[in-house]
Amino acid sequence: MSFNMVVLVKQVPDTSNIVEDAMKPDGTVNRDALPAIINPEDLCALEEAIKIKENSGGTITVISMGPPKAEDALRYCLCMGADKAILLSDRKFAASDTLATSYTLAKAIEKLPCFDIIFCGRQAIDGDTAQVGPQVAEKLNINQLTYVFNIAQLTKEYIVVKRDIGDGYEVCKSPLPVLLTISSKANTPRPPSVKRAMAYKNLKAQKGDNGLILLWDHNSIGADPNRCGLKGSKTRVKKVENVVLKTFDKKDIQPTLDCISGLLKELMEDHIIG
Amino acid sequence: MPNFYKDNKDILFLLDNIDISKIILLREKDFKEKDIYEYAPSSVEDAMENYKIALDILGDICGNVVAPMAKDVDIEGARFENGEVHYANGTKEALQRLTQADFMGFTIPRKYGGLNFPKTIYSLAIEMVSRADASLMNLFGLQEISETIYRFGTEAQRKKYLPKFCSGEYTGAMALTEPDAGSDLQAVSLKAHLGNDGRWYLDGVKRFITNGCADIILVLARSEPNIKGARGLSLFIYKRDEHIKIRRIEEKLGIHGSPTCEIMFTHAPAELLGERKLGLVKYTFSLMNGARLGVAAQGVGIAEAAYRMAYDYASSRKQFGSSIIEFPQVYEMLINMKVDIEAARRLVYFTSNIVDLKESFEERLANSGDKTLKKEFKQYSRYASFLTPMSKIFATEMANRVAYDALQIHGGVGYTKDFEIERVYRDARITNIYEGTTQLQVHAAIGGVITGGVMNLTDELILKINDSNLKQGIFELKECLDSCIKHIKEVGDSQFQHYHARRLVELGIFLITSCLLAIDAKKDLRKQKVADIFLNRAIAKSHEYKKYILSIPPSVINFKNEILND
Repeated sequence: MSFNMVVLVKQVPDTSNIVEDAMKPDGTVNRDALPAIINPEDLCALEEAIKIKENSGGTITVISMGPPKAEDALRYCLCMGADKAILLSDRKFAASDTLATSYTLAKAIEKLPCFDIIFCGRQAIDGDTAQVGPQVAEKLNINQLTYVFNIAQLTKEYIVVKRDIGDGYEVCKSPLPVLLTISSKANTPRPPSVKRAMAYKNLKAQKGDNGLILLWDHNSIGADPNRCGLKGSKTRVKKVENVVLKTFDKKDIQPTLDCISGLLKELMEDHIIG
Repeated sequence: MPNFYKDNKDILFLLDNIDISKIILLREKDFKEKDIYEYAPSSVEDAMENYKIALDILGDICGNVVAPMAKDVDIEGARFENGEVHYANGTKEALQRLTQADFMGFTIPRKYGGLNFPKTIYSLAIEMVSRADASLMNLFGLQEISETIYRFGTEAQRKKYLPKFCSGEYTGAMALTEPDAGSDLQAVSLKAHLGNDGRWYLDGVKRFITNGCADIILVLARSEPNIKGARGLSLFIYKRDEHIKIRRIEEKLGIHGSPTCEIMFTHAPAELLGERKLGLVKYTFSLMNGARLGVAAQGVGIAEAAYRMAYDYASSRKQFGSSIIEFPQVYEMLINMKVDIEAARRLVYFTSNIVDLKESFEERLANSGDKTLKKEFKQYSRYASFLTPMSKIFATEMANRVAYDALQIHGGVGYTKDFEIERVYRDARITNIYEGTTQLQVHAAIGGVITGGVMNLTDELILKINDSNLKQGIFELKECLDSCIKHIKEVGDSQFQHYHARRLVELGIFLITSCLLAIDAKKDLRKQKVADIFLNRAIAKSHEYKKYILSIPPSVINFKNEILND
């Protein structure tokens, strides 16, 4: 029993290490100021795929849409255990919103000979939309299971997963093929293999059908340029407003056990911590 | 997102400035494996790049996975329940990550699944792991076991065991110590007897066995009941089965994540490793020398952790209106810590490289009768014989000193469990005890000091020093050691030599380490200052030692009865 798996990953600015010039004056993210990393939950998605490959066998194809630099992210995925990677890079893809992105990704997936499971991270730490995965599933006309943190059962016909629903979880079953979005609760992604990292250190994305990282443009996937990038994006940013969080209320808490537990209780009731 | 490789400028300095091409060329044998293994290097530069890639990945694991769990590992510790040992959860997780990243066959050749890295790089890896969690090094550092099987086992044994070590499926242990045979391994009494079926069987008890719950244990046993002492001992490979019983694990001051087991063998089948009677005199010494170097690197890592904790605390703690790091008494301690760490790292790195060269020449020599190889092998072998114990002495005593001062800088809170320095302080304490106490290391190194090995090496190293001031200082050190040796020889009493042995060996360590730091001084202005401080402290200490050795009457060796039995 082996599975053909696809993992969608995105290279994002590392918003967990904020530096002073992290935002541009117009309120957008200054991507040059922040180191590029793979979206953390995308790595959790890849880890789930690798676990399935280890247990049941199969192949993992990682796909990323992004600038040429995103090949670094794909190289990392190969080092973690993916078999093959595809970089969707084309000026026509630039400035895509979730609609255009999911269109492009879906077109690329359709070019693959077959797939059983598509894995995505729950959401990306830059846009935080959590929309791309579900939209890809819609376009491919397959089932989607979002907020997955555990794969309970997997057969050639169906999958059973646990979905995080906030204050509990839901067990869902779906036939294959299916698209899953994986939350960080699912696992801690493994480190890259040193052997692979050494072997692949000079690996570049290349055009054509051969190679570990294939470079595809809109022609390779037969995408309509009008549905890609800025042209294909329906979202328009009208204005970005900076919100400065202010405190209005101040409370002194004494450092005693009672006062601190009182504070904790209050914070939990207000859902500030949980 | 701390990366214990990238955030360590001194490790980066070593990799960028110290030429280790000789060992790379020897190990990679014309880079012919590049056509067989995708990850084999094609040139010296390529190999260096590979080492850096590996250390980067390891640095990430150490900084972001291992170190954050170290506190919990210390609290939870390895547990002994129903006759079985359980690692702490953090230990299990860390081992899993290291295995996934292919780090469990660090020095083993590629054909058995390893990375074929030199010990020089392995030492840096051990240091990084130890900085993250000293107790994890005891499991990660047990790669000496597979290395020993590689060096002395048959091809069949290599094929049988090594791939599983490299894949992380097997963990190892070395069972040497017994209740009545600690430092004195010649007294080992665990019995090995050859059964009628042609197999060896082990019977007896071993104590203080790190990871005695391992899958594969190298056991030192008496195979020749009629031969007393070292020559009656052989080394065996034992694969865990029902013939072993773990009786207990020790409750220790530190390194709680590392289980220290008492194990009993009852008619346990085992394979002979190498030849009979060479168990202690050849294989165990080789195994222990590797382990000693590993512990030296562990000392450097622990000290690095302690220093950083002290530095951070001193930078943030405010008293009398400023950070305490602004006070000369505090920053003087920090400077000494930092200088000593860099000095020890340099010595361990240098020693590892010498050991690498020695082993590579040894391997080449075994495959050819070339006499020129023999000469080089002998030279490296001689140097390694005193550099290994010296590295262990210097790095582990330094680790204790640094941990002590780091806790001191924390003041009262350092003595509480609120800060991590107390764990590091406890963990450091074992390093100058296990794998041979400092006193045993002194015993192993004194020959090199007295008979000229250290002086020969110093003369070689001095040629590479540019700075005349530093050179002058080193001559002063050399003069101190020289007059001490002369005096000891004049007195001509071996008891007197042993009485001063620790001081003599330390003088040798000062001399060699000062040379190494002085050589680096030409590469970097900061390193010049590091060398300056180290050398000046070494000179002061050397004069103190010299004064004491030359002025105390040789009859001091007879004071024991009067002073101790008062």
